[in-house]
Amino acid sequence: MTPEPSPRLVGDLAYLSEHADGARHVVWWGNLGFMLIEGTGFLLAIGAYLYLQSQSPAWPPGGDALPGLTWSGFFTGGLLLSVIPNIWVLRQARQKREGRVRIGVLAMTLIGLTLAVVRWFELQHLGVRWDHDAYGSVVWLLMVLHTSHIVTDLGDTAVQAAWLYTHEVGADQFSDVEDNANYWSFVVLAWLPIYGLIYWLPRLA
Amino acid sequence: MIALPTPEEAVQRRARLEQTWADPKGVWGFLTTVDHKRIAARYIVTVIALMFLAGMLALHMRLQLAFPDLKILGPQMYNESFSLHGSTMLFLVSVPVMEAMAIWLVPLMLGQRGMAYPRLAAFSYWLYLGGVMMLWIPHVLGITPDLGWFEYPPLSGPGYSPGHRADIWAQMITFTEVAALAASVNIVATIIKLRPPGMTLARMPLFLWAMLVASLMTIFALPAVMLVTSMLISDRLVSTHFFAPAGGGDVLLFQHLFWFFGHPEVYIIFVPAVGFVTAIVETFSRRTIFGHTALVLSVLSIGVLAFGLWVHHMFAVGLPRLGNAFYTAASMAIALPAGLQIFCWIATLWSGRPRFATPLLWVVGFILTFVIGGLSGIMTASAPLDLQLTDTYFIVAHFHYVLVGGAMFPLIGALCYWYPKATGRMMSERWGVLAFALIFGGFNLGFFPMHILGLEGMPRRIYTYSAGMGWGPLNLVATTGSATSIVGGLVLVANAWISRKHGTPAGANPWGGSTLEWWASSPPPTYNFEYTPVVESIAPLWTDKDGLPVMTGAGVERREVVVTSAIDAVPLYRQKGASPSIWPLVAGIAVTAMFVGSIFTPWAVVWGALPIGAALTGWFWPQRPRARTGPFARRAA
Amino acid sequence: MGRPAAMTRTRSILPILLTWLLGGCTDLQSAISPAGEQAGRLFSLLQLITWVCGIMYALVLLFLGWSMVRVWRRTGGDDAPIVDPADRGLSRSMLVWAGLIVGGLTLLITASFLADRHLASLRSEEVLRVRVTGHQWWWRIAYRDSTTGRWIETANELHLPAGRTARVELGSSDVIHSFWVPNVAGKLDVIPGRANSLDLTPHRIGWFRGQCAEFCGAQHAHMAFDVKVESPADFALWLAAQASPAALPADPVLARGAAIVTEGACAMCHAVRGTPAAGRPGPDLTHVGSRRSIAAGTLTMSRGALQGWIANPKALKPGTTMPTVPLDGADADAVAAYLESLK
Repeated sequence: MTPEPSPRLVGDLAYLSEHADGARHVVWWGNLGFMLIEGTGFLLAIGAYLYLQSQSPAWPPGGDALPGLTWSGFFTGGLLLSVIPNIWVLRQARQKREGRVRIGVLAMTLIGLTLAVVRWFELQHLGVRWDHDAYGSVVWLLMVLHTSHIVTDLGDTAVQAAWLYTHEVGADQFSDVEDNANYWSFVVLAWLPIYGLIYWLPRLA
Repeated sequence: MIALPTPEEAVQRRARLEQTWADPKGVWGFLTTVDHKRIAARYIVTVIALMFLAGMLALHMRLQLAFPDLKILGPQMYNESFSLHGSTMLFLVSVPVMEAMAIWLVPLMLGQRGMAYPRLAAFSYWLYLGGVMMLWIPHVLGITPDLGWFEYPPLSGPGYSPGHRADIWAQMITFTEVAALAASVNIVATIIKLRPPGMTLARMPLFLWAMLVASLMTIFALPAVMLVTSMLISDRLVSTHFFAPAGGGDVLLFQHLFWFFGHPEVYIIFVPAVGFVTAIVETFSRRTIFGHTALVLSVLSIGVLAFGLWVHHMFAVGLPRLGNAFYTAASMAIALPAGLQIFCWIATLWSGRPRFATPLLWVVGFILTFVIGGLSGIMTASAPLDLQLTDTYFIVAHFHYVLVGGAMFPLIGALCYWYPKATGRMMSERWGVLAFALIFGGFNLGFFPMHILGLEGMPRRIYTYSAGMGWGPLNLVATTGSATSIVGGLVLVANAWISRKHGTPAGANPWGGSTLEWWASSPPPTYNFEYTPVVESIAPLWTDKDGLPVMTGAGVERREVVVTSAIDAVPLYRQKGASPSIWPLVAGIAVTAMFVGSIFTPWAVVWGALPIGAALTGWFWPQRPRARTGPFARRAA
Repeated sequence: MGRPAAMTRTRSILPILLTWLLGGCTDLQSAISPAGEQAGRLFSLLQLITWVCGIMYALVLLFLGWSMVRVWRRTGGDDAPIVDPADRGLSRSMLVWAGLIVGGLTLLITASFLADRHLASLRSEEVLRVRVTGHQWWWRIAYRDSTTGRWIETANELHLPAGRTARVELGSSDVIHSFWVPNVAGKLDVIPGRANSLDLTPHRIGWFRGQCAEFCGAQHAHMAFDVKVESPADFALWLAAQASPAALPADPVLARGAAIVTEGACAMCHAVRGTPAAGRPGPDLTHVGSRRSIAAGTLTMSRGALQGWIANPKALKPGTTMPTVPLDGADADAVAAYLESLK
């Protein structure tokens, strides 16, 4: 039986801070993990879209209308523009500027709300029902997946904004704002290929 | 200069640590605990109960097939049995038990006091339990899913399976996959960010590499099954046409998406077993594992390669030949890393100074059994030959050999190996050998004949066969063997149960292991370790001639874990640990309500989101003081 | 006496045991008793892979066994554990082991690829076209008459001319099934919305059996079909007989049976060519009396089997879509006699 080793002191960790920024923080990695999961889901749904398209003689199949460009254009434009305040909030969080972060997250909440409303109209103009055919089903699949991200991130941002105002803003809260901003960037990036596939592939193919 | 406390101070310090990491008493403590050891224990208990139930289903099926034309189980009951058996074993036992072992062992092997996200671990269990109930309560109510563990449309579509059985199966998967994803993210973050100072990736034990790879595989594989089962429910509930040829859908889309998950799934089950086997072989050979680098590389390559094989489950579907040839080559190629692993383990035994005990016996059983499964896998990997083998009892034999031999045997070995650490007692060696003999012998007697039955034309998933086929004698042998192994399972569980009170007391390191979990006492206190260990080699407990190097400074009065850098494990900061909380349970209940509701109406997704949002709001409710600046500042007196 | 007798007894038990275990297997639905080109090639491939895998397993057993024996004699105990030794000999051995594995896998991948290519090259142009449609839980089988271009329909029994290639065009009317005649070829799934075709080139004359090999619902276990491989001359005779209309009833009992079958409820689902019965949902009954079994291989053909099946299909095949048609004793006898006469 190996004798139990007695400990030998080689250092003390009390000097370590109780906070960390960016990738040093353990929660950052959970956020990344979530993005990997959702990103994989998006990629697979895109794969399903392309698979069904490859099996179909025409895309959209004969008789189906093309999805409307107006509301989707508003949405995509708005989403891309939202990157600017998003990056700004991210910078303010890194610099730990309390007042600006509060305003920025509130602004992102309002922007998210607006985009959700635009998305609502966009969904009315997809040109096909989910139960009409496989084309309709997979277009709605992609839209529902992405919309759920818009909505949940909006919820996150709104609650975060509220608590930034009602409670003290500490180092962990700046990390949370950073993580949320990163997730919004992910939501924007995920939209781009989906937008291209749904709205432009049928028009170009 | 900080010094270690005196013995009297140490006693007080331990008492304060115990207090800081303690759970509330009684039922409230049970419901709110975030102690990874308690959470893992409840997973293991649930898994053992489910294995018993799945085993009873299997026994029932084997009794029905023992002779031709029996009427013990009619077609409906039989079809429910194999569906429930397969779904339980794959979704509710095999993957969750590996996660449970990780939840218990990873912090201990890292010298840490908890996982990266303690409340998420609690939530994983509650959601897993929801999945268990999602499958088994309908069974009690008589609406058991009955289309197998991978319900292919159109059979599982709205046209051929009215009612809710197929939806129940699909939604059970959603539960267990969310739980598995949550656990996997937790495990990855813990292994990457919560390593002890000095445990660089090069010094990380293979078990942690294995869990890291298995968890990353989970993150990339499980979304596929969540997506495909949601698409199936959608076809059934809101008339989408994903898998309906009449509407432009494709039946094979289901199979591609399902097996994109399904193949990595079986490696997700096998890779942690590689970790168990390596740990046991190392300790019982009393030498550091031979070929550590080869083993790490083999685990990484399996993790990647496993994603490129899924079409081998679809060789009989009629896909283009050249595509099939690619998947044949890839499926055979994965035998290389597996074969190298076998070499490394045997080479370690060869060149070690071994001690013989039950865990090592299970490793030997694993090698003897898993290799047969791997070799029958080589046979099925050949696309043309697979056309004779797939969907027959040959495949049933193959996957039981790799799952039982490759995952269950190492798991049992691991349970015997870490049992003293978890309970403070040794299991009985004598009864352990008996259990091994019954399980190992019974399993091989039960499943080897199935290879022959498959070659003799017996398809799988048939509830009976006629005497004229001549399959009776081998089926009888298979039934006898299976029954024997079930008896062995009962002996094993009885041994574990009785040894809790009557086993020989075990010290901290009864087997003489080299990794950090053997430094904690048996069983570990709530706080696991008194000090933060510092790692200077790959076998810390074997290379500490002057005593194990430690650091003080991780909090005593509040829960803290030490977070280090991803590659070199340099201490970065002290993260506040989560206290016991009811919110994981509340959130679990809210998610369960939404999942169950969405079988019946799509609006459940919308309405169900509200309680979930509320639960998450409670979960993350700020624990810091109210604002003193800004428009909502509290004007303090 | 004593030892020699015991040894004799043991030596005679083993063959008896093996015979009991394997001899019962009737070889009419067996992948290891090939009666066709495709199955024959696959059987050779199986033998090669089994040898290679057997050798690898033996090597693993040897290595493991040798390790156990080698270290059994060493004392474990209180010697300090070995940490990170040089292991040069073992590292070299590992490379050899890796080489063996790579060599074995290369051999097998090549063998598999060659077998696949050979099977593809067997696809001849001059084939007998057969259309097989999977239903829950029976097989619709139709032959293309190359002279007239018509499809000659039957059910649950497949006849094949020896030495010729039959191209089976597979379709499903409902869910996924799988068409498998192991003695002749590997299986191929029958998938709605997808056109698969499988070539069968039998060379041994005799009766064989095929069975559905993809779970398709309640009676998947009872979805088999008989396969008769016969000389091309016999096959031509059989096909001509199948193409002809139903035999006319020769006596009053048969006429009574014919009336019930071709003008009653049966005609809604079954076809009897040459009579008013032209139902499509169920198997064609024009020459049902000539078949070896009924209910997709579930019962051996006999008048009693027909009668029992018709009287209560759900008792024999719970979940079947064939309804129970109530017939009194005399009518039941007449129907069974009539169907048996439809040779």
